[in-house]
Amino acid sequence: MTVNDRPVEADLPANTLLVDMIRGHLGLTGTHVGCDTSQCGACTVHIDGLAVKSCTILVAQARGASVTTIEGIGAPGNLHPMQAAFQDCHGLQCGFCTPGMIMSAIDLVKRHDGPLDEQAVREGLEGNLCRCTGYHNIVKAVLSAADRL
Amino acid sequence: MSETGIGKSVKRREDIRFITGQGRYTDDINQPGQTIAVFLRSPHPRARIVSIDASEALAIPGVVGVFTGKDLAADKIGDIPCGWLVKSSDGTDMLVASRPPLAVELVNFVGETYGVVIAETLAGARAGAEAVITDFGELEPAAVLADALDGPQIHANVPRNLCFHWELGDGPATDAAFAGAAHVTRLDLTNNRLIPNAMEPRAAVATYDRSTEEFTLYTTSQNPHLERLILSAFVGLAPEHKLRVISPDVGGGFGSKIFVYPEETAVAWAAKRVGRPVKWTADRSEAFLSDAHGRDHITTAELAIDADGVFLGFRVRTRANLGAYLSTFASSVPTYLYGTLLAGQYRTPAIHVAVDGVYTNTAPVDAYRGAGRPEATYVIERIVETAARELKIDPAELRRRNFIQPDQFPYQTPVALIYDTGDYGASLDKALAMIDYAGFPARRAASEAQGFKRGIGFSCYIEACGLAPSQLAIQLGAGVGLYESGEVRVNPTASVTVFTGSHSHGQGHETTFAQIVSDRLGIPFESVEIVHGDTGRVEFGLGTYGSRSVAVGGSALIKATDKIIVKGKRIAAHMLEAAPEDVDFEEGIFAVRATNRKLSFGEVAFAAYVPANFPEDLEPGLSEKSFYDPKNFTFPAGTHIAEVEIDPQTGVVRVANFVAVDDFGEVINPMIVEGQVHGGIAQGIGQALLEHGVYDQMGQLVTGSFMDYCMPRADDLPSFSVDTTVTACTHNPLGVKGCGEAGAIGSPPAIINAVTDALNIRDIAMPASPEKVWRAANGL
Repeated sequence: MTVNDRPVEADLPANTLLVDMIRGHLGLTGTHVGCDTSQCGACTVHIDGLAVKSCTILVAQARGASVTTIEGIGAPGNLHPMQAAFQDCHGLQCGFCTPGMIMSAIDLVKRHDGPLDEQAVREGLEGNLCRCTGYHNIVKAVLSAADRL
Repeated sequence: MSETGIGKSVKRREDIRFITGQGRYTDDINQPGQTIAVFLRSPHPRARIVSIDASEALAIPGVVGVFTGKDLAADKIGDIPCGWLVKSSDGTDMLVASRPPLAVELVNFVGETYGVVIAETLAGARAGAEAVITDFGELEPAAVLADALDGPQIHANVPRNLCFHWELGDGPATDAAFAGAAHVTRLDLTNNRLIPNAMEPRAAVATYDRSTEEFTLYTTSQNPHLERLILSAFVGLAPEHKLRVISPDVGGGFGSKIFVYPEETAVAWAAKRVGRPVKWTADRSEAFLSDAHGRDHITTAELAIDADGVFLGFRVRTRANLGAYLSTFASSVPTYLYGTLLAGQYRTPAIHVAVDGVYTNTAPVDAYRGAGRPEATYVIERIVETAARELKIDPAELRRRNFIQPDQFPYQTPVALIYDTGDYGASLDKALAMIDYAGFPARRAASEAQGFKRGIGFSCYIEACGLAPSQLAIQLGAGVGLYESGEVRVNPTASVTVFTGSHSHGQGHETTFAQIVSDRLGIPFESVEIVHGDTGRVEFGLGTYGSRSVAVGGSALIKATDKIIVKGKRIAAHMLEAAPEDVDFEEGIFAVRATNRKLSFGEVAFAAYVPANFPEDLEPGLSEKSFYDPKNFTFPAGTHIAEVEIDPQTGVVRVANFVAVDDFGEVINPMIVEGQVHGGIAQGIGQALLEHGVYDQMGQLVTGSFMDYCMPRADDLPSFSVDTTVTACTHNPLGVKGCGEAGAIGSPPAIINAVTDALNIRDIAMPASPEKVWRAANGL
């Protein structure tokens, strides 16, 4: 598979979750683990362009896929518009849910036909938990980025 | 004024690392040669540990060790203490149950740690934990708060499971007020148990250096110095100079990461025992079982009112669940952070509160966002709203009639506190305008025409923040002072490194504290770096909780910055051949009054480190420290108004509008303050409508995952309308009060007042879930 456009090969036990490979073997610690029931979305990455909770998928299931993590979408000085919108709108506080939230939001904007409204963003982010922001500014950030994208 | 100064919505500098995946949380840290810990946790709410057989576990390849409470006890590792000694009303000390980090003889809640397995890998440690055979002798639990005083005795030294019976206020005066009352409103209330659920689970990574005998503990703490103090002075892990505690990026706390827990204690101990670094990260299931929970009160309240709707007396009886052991600040939450707030915003002359603190076979209960103040606000604002309905007085009007007036400050309440300042009517007026109170009847009629029920509910809260004047806190039982430290170190080229004992785990201190210091010194925001969360770099600190960071930690920085300016004036005076008292400092310039002689901050900083011909009494260098001890609490207050629409077919409550007008005193960064309010409101709405930590009768946690415990999600909440009013705090240099908890304090009663208004019922237990609301809406 590729991760952030780099080819990756690994020989891992068959039951290894994708998130454990990303964090443990590749050292890409921007992808977080916030729960053990696939509820919180902190581990969301893109697989072949679609947002996927990387705790719900085995490495073996992603064989040959193109995986993108938060580290792969932008960097300081060259932010993805969604990253910039989160800072501009104060869409994060402790930052722990943020990478997953940004990866989900990018996918949400991309998949949505027509202009996004607040309700669509709220429903679209239902799979990502944030305990700090009350979502108010996350919704603002996503709507603002949707205009820029 | 500069665009990055005090009062400006400066974008957060810490965001860059968080939005690019470069944050460094405890679980992101790995040490060479590290091992992984998995804890043995009790499956029973109350049991005797008969035997532990680890032989099969130790035979598993990769298992490094299995340790139990006996191993820690043999190493003289002490109990995890409670930091606040509360006295019962008869003058006796509260009854403290012994809490070893790993249980030795008895386990007292599901999830309690009684052993730890250390292995090369997480899979190995888990396999090892599975292979440990523990023989438990099950005992009957006292799992239900309502029955616990008559239930099985959990701790040998605590009859009736009663930790303390605490009282505050004037009982006879309150009785007399009721005897003369024209009307008495009585309400039975429960404040539901909550599970904090910061998104980052707790974690610890510990190393031990045999050559220097030094421990380094990375852990998810809101107050690393307090963690070090307790692990050193009470637990006996290591002396303070041999123990460094680092809280790197921490993914939310909300109180749950204030406390010292068994896990990091055992992990640090084990790092020395196995001679290798040890790492542990909680999974979410462990967090549910073992993080300190919040709230969990049963209360009866009575309000005595005269014929004109003036409050005469307030009587409150509360039973507070402490869980199986006293967590770090557990005893202070339902007493000094609760009973002292029961005057609210009102002039009620006689108040009496009695609180039974009760042990149960459940996880420890301690501070969770608001800590005691949400419970007090819920009692006050529910009963005031209920009284207004009984008396057929508009609820806003009844509150206004009883408000402490702006000209009555400082105001001594009957429950110990002295409020310094406030203008409660101003917040109420603004909130009424924002929600369009006059338009509510029309909106209600429109909802009813569509088959919905609409309600409006108020909450005029007050909280005591900026914890706390040390002398008062220690007098009331605190084991530590509650000042804060700050150090401002000016580097030779005039950049500034600031060290603070406050800890940021989402609050944005790296931005706001840099705003404060750069504003005061008249230097660029970018020149100021904030260092926090490391006992090896920051001298001391009491950490972040109780909305204290800017009020106490920020004030310490102001004091230290003022000392920098004083020293700078002496240096400038020397260089400019003037007297120090003739040197003014403004916007980064030292100038001799009534002359054109001046020096920039940078020139003075450089001279401080290149001291050509300094006089003997002028030391080189430009670095100052300060400890700030507050003179009083701060008293943020405001009005929250909720408007809800209920579908009686489904029982779903939609929050149609939520208005919060808060008086936080002066504001450093309005953007960050609004964000804090949003998050607090979301947690308060979560408490009111969604969240409930439930144990069954047998003491098993029923809500042990995000599948069972209903966290607020984006589509459960509206956007919020928030604004502020300002009365500046009178006793700290920034005039600030603190904003971290207000949202969670003010919002639950506003929501429940709105729900009960919509349904025309007296009470509904939180959380007002669809099932409960549907039953109430349909008269079932």
